[in-house]
Amino acid sequence: MMMLGLGSVGLVLLSLAVQSGHGAQDSAVWSREETTERNYYTRYHNMSEITAWMEQMKRENPDVVSSMVYGQTYERRNITLLKIGLSSTVRKKAIWMDCGIHAREWIAPAFCQYFVREILRTYKTDTKVNEMMKNLDFYITPVLNVDGYIYSWHNESTRLWRKSRSPGTGGCTCYGTDLNRNFYANWGMVGVSTDCCSETYCGTKALSESEAWAVTDMLGKMREDILAFLTIHSYSQLILVPYGHPNISAPNYDELMEVGLGAAKAIKAVHGMDYTVGTSPDVLYANSGSSRDFARLIGIPLSFTFELRDKGEHGFELPEDQIQPTCEEAYAGAQHIITYTHDKAFYSYAATVTATLWTTLLAAWVSSAILL
Amino acid sequence: MDGLLFSDLTVWSMDWTLLILLVVPTVVHGNPTVTVRTGSGPPVGSNQHPNSVPLSEDTQTTTEVREVVVEEVMMTGMLNPSHYPARRAATVVQHYLNTRYGSPYRWIFLSKVHSGSAEDVAEMRKYQLELTMQEIISNVSGQCSAELLFPGGEGQSAPQVQASCEGLLQSNTTAQEEAFYQQHRASNNMVSGNDIPDSYGHMEPNMKPFWHLGGVASSFIMLRESNESTLYNMAQVANFTQLETEKDQLRVNYHVLLHEMISQEIIHWKLLVTWSPEQGVQVLQTELQPKCHNCEAPPNTTN
Repeated sequence: MMMLGLGSVGLVLLSLAVQSGHGAQDSAVWSREETTERNYYTRYHNMSEITAWMEQMKRENPDVVSSMVYGQTYERRNITLLKIGLSSTVRKKAIWMDCGIHAREWIAPAFCQYFVREILRTYKTDTKVNEMMKNLDFYITPVLNVDGYIYSWHNESTRLWRKSRSPGTGGCTCYGTDLNRNFYANWGMVGVSTDCCSETYCGTKALSESEAWAVTDMLGKMREDILAFLTIHSYSQLILVPYGHPNISAPNYDELMEVGLGAAKAIKAVHGMDYTVGTSPDVLYANSGSSRDFARLIGIPLSFTFELRDKGEHGFELPEDQIQPTCEEAYAGAQHIITYTHDKAFYSYAATVTATLWTTLLAAWVSSAILL
Repeated sequence: MDGLLFSDLTVWSMDWTLLILLVVPTVVHGNPTVTVRTGSGPPVGSNQHPNSVPLSEDTQTTTEVREVVVEEVMMTGMLNPSHYPARRAATVVQHYLNTRYGSPYRWIFLSKVHSGSAEDVAEMRKYQLELTMQEIISNVSGQCSAELLFPGGEGQSAPQVQASCEGLLQSNTTAQEEAFYQQHRASNNMVSGNDIPDSYGHMEPNMKPFWHLGGVASSFIMLRESNESTLYNMAQVANFTQLETEKDQLRVNYHVLLHEMISQEIIHWKLLVTWSPEQGVQVLQTELQPKCHNCEAPPNTTN
């Protein structure tokens, strides 16, 4: 009888521990400092503010945040990422996220900032986030197209700039190449323009743009470690899977769709917003030379483009009061993908089989004990 | 004695079994929804050359400036509601509905495509769609059935749309429209504004009806310019200027920026718009603005 009592107490304690630890969100009361900080993430920020913010993230979290300059823009500005993760003696797997490859999509850098803040805010108390920070490093580029982003802040007439700021060549007087058509992934084949004045100008050749080259270089160096690649855009509320060419399928298309649909479901659970999932040629338009396609081509298995809010009402000029809800839902979507990626790598198929065997064995033991 | 020992043992083993059963799954858990497939990805470190895909027969390498498009195979039969052909056609229906029913207090957007089909009819492309549309000021939604005809050939004529909706126009906008009309019809204080919304997505409350009106007026252009390879939204009212009221119609000059999704272009248009609660929105003139400074402006289009 005493054994039974002890066993029950143990069970109760165990179930409590399991419930509270696994992915639970803490509902702490905000301190005054934190509230001001929270208001920061409901506004758009120019490049110098974002640069200062990156420094602040490093200063406030020196044991988990470092930065890396991994390239230069046309106008010779640094392209910087934040590397976030618990330090380790062994080489770690990685998640890549970049925002702001298209200058006018301001909600994207806002999301990168939100994402960083969120994992830094929760990794000490949320066991799942903590586990992922332990096993993975997050490589996050808040603004990839720095020149374009700065240009879009110049005045109201430049707000809708999309491309890089490199000058046209061969007598063409317009500026800029579409960075998301400039990667070495079926470059120049479909959904591009060869007119340098066009918004989808793919450049004089693949990787003509130093920004695209910087990403290519980093991904190339890290490609055996990167488990998932997320590139953040707006607008249209879509989750796009490779490839942009209508005649080419990713070998793990089924997996990509399954994970993407899971992410869309997680997004909808937050504020009811519908995000459509599919390849770009299916749900949007055919295109080539995208960073997402390049990532998949070099072997990164899970590669997604997020197109955030809205569906055309405000378009690129999403009101600041929608920054928070947009970031909350996108965070849920991104976390779904990252959790899947993490668990697939660290809780392998073999372990699942072992667990099944264990359970079967014990079930047999229990039933035999009852029968005796 | 033996019996007592035996039952103790049973209970003890059950306790531990239950404990282990609880512990093991929580410590070692795979994602239950994942089915592992053999050979589900390319070998890591694959040496496949990124460009080693068969060149589509449709692409030609010439030195002239052109849009590179793989010739789109036009979907026929039942359409996937989440794929682009149905959504582009549905957006055309959205533009049509705004030209018919839009006002400073009524602006309609596509909410969901339920089903659709497409077929070739003579030289034309005919779509049938079941949609949910939403009036975004009152948040009222309604079900719509629509039929569209995209003209074939090289002609640039507008698509023809027929649509009937249930419940979409429920909201009573009469009072607001009347108040807005009375407020602005007198000629002593002409309103104007610019950058609506501004870079931060913000606009003053008194600018909102002019934003809606600009969007509705833009729908006339977007409807006219639409085909199966376009998807239009109004990106911004660059500026508007109210002119003298004429024949009881409010008159406003607009400069709008349209975003065409497939080309990603921002297209500038100027429009002359009239409105009254009775007559609705009318667009008297439209003028495409040049993209670059030293380009020639195309001729006016008078409707």
